[in-house]
Amino acid sequence: MIAGIMPQAEFVHWWFATGFLMLGLVLFSEALVGPGVWGRRPWRRYIWPGLCFAMGILMWPVMTFFTNSAIHMVAHGSWAEVLMLCGAAELGVARGKLHSQYWRLTSSLALIVSGTAFLVHEQNHWLFARAAFLHHTLGWTALAFAAFPVMLALRPRSMFAASGFATFFIVLAVLLYCDRDVAPILGHLSQFAGPPHR
Amino acid sequence: MSADFAHRLRRHEDEVAAAARSHALRARIVLALGPATMLGGVIWAVVQPWRLTLLHPHGQGVWWLVVEPPLYVILVGLVFRLVIAPGVAEDLEDAP
Repeated sequence: MIAGIMPQAEFVHWWFATGFLMLGLVLFSEALVGPGVWGRRPWRRYIWPGLCFAMGILMWPVMTFFTNSAIHMVAHGSWAEVLMLCGAAELGVARGKLHSQYWRLTSSLALIVSGTAFLVHEQNHWLFARAAFLHHTLGWTALAFAAFPVMLALRPRSMFAASGFATFFIVLAVLLYCDRDVAPILGHLSQFAGPPHR
Repeated sequence: MSADFAHRLRRHEDEVAAAARSHALRARIVLALGPATMLGGVIWAVVQPWRLTLLHPHGQGVWWLVVEPPLYVILVGLVFRLVIAPGVAEDLEDAP
């Protein structure tokens, strides 16, 4: 009965994609104008850390209601934890409670943990189904983009590093919007994946 | 006015003009981010009209009617353009 009223997993992916798209736009515009101009209105400094923290909180019900194996649950739990960790660290920096620029490294840690969780919890090969392909792509993308927050920690005013970090969230949003519960990828769909739908 | 001072004044004016041009360009890009995102949502809706179940609601479940991803993309662009971008562009133009 509960399964009948629960939204499908792909819907949840699209909701998170929407949040990440907003995060990407916010970070990209901050990269474009620089932290000085961005911080002229104090509320703007809290947008991305607050959104990141809120998405971490929202990931917990996803972990509770949408996971069907231990490793799946651990992956979603780790995403919830690192989203909240980097959101909280950036909130602390925005509020002035934390001063070191190296708190930015929590974002890098979040990407490394998230990417590893994507790769470890996806048990199927790349062309098993679209979801498997996206998990592999998301995992490697997160690991590759983890370099940008490190650059930002070392050079906080680097527009290249800030733009790269923002680009990750745009890419993440696009990949999550591409997700379907069961759908082919590049013409491939394993017979074990189940019947596809639009 | 000495020639040296005149050169420095000219260089300063050029720098101020270059900074103003750079700020104006960046402000335009920030203001364009929202509409560009909305355009992406519109293109998605045109390419995959079946994703907008509101266009053919008969027989759809509640969640399929609530979840309209191309509209989400348009909404994100709209919120960014109306709530965030104007203030950023304004502050950028006021920046030294």
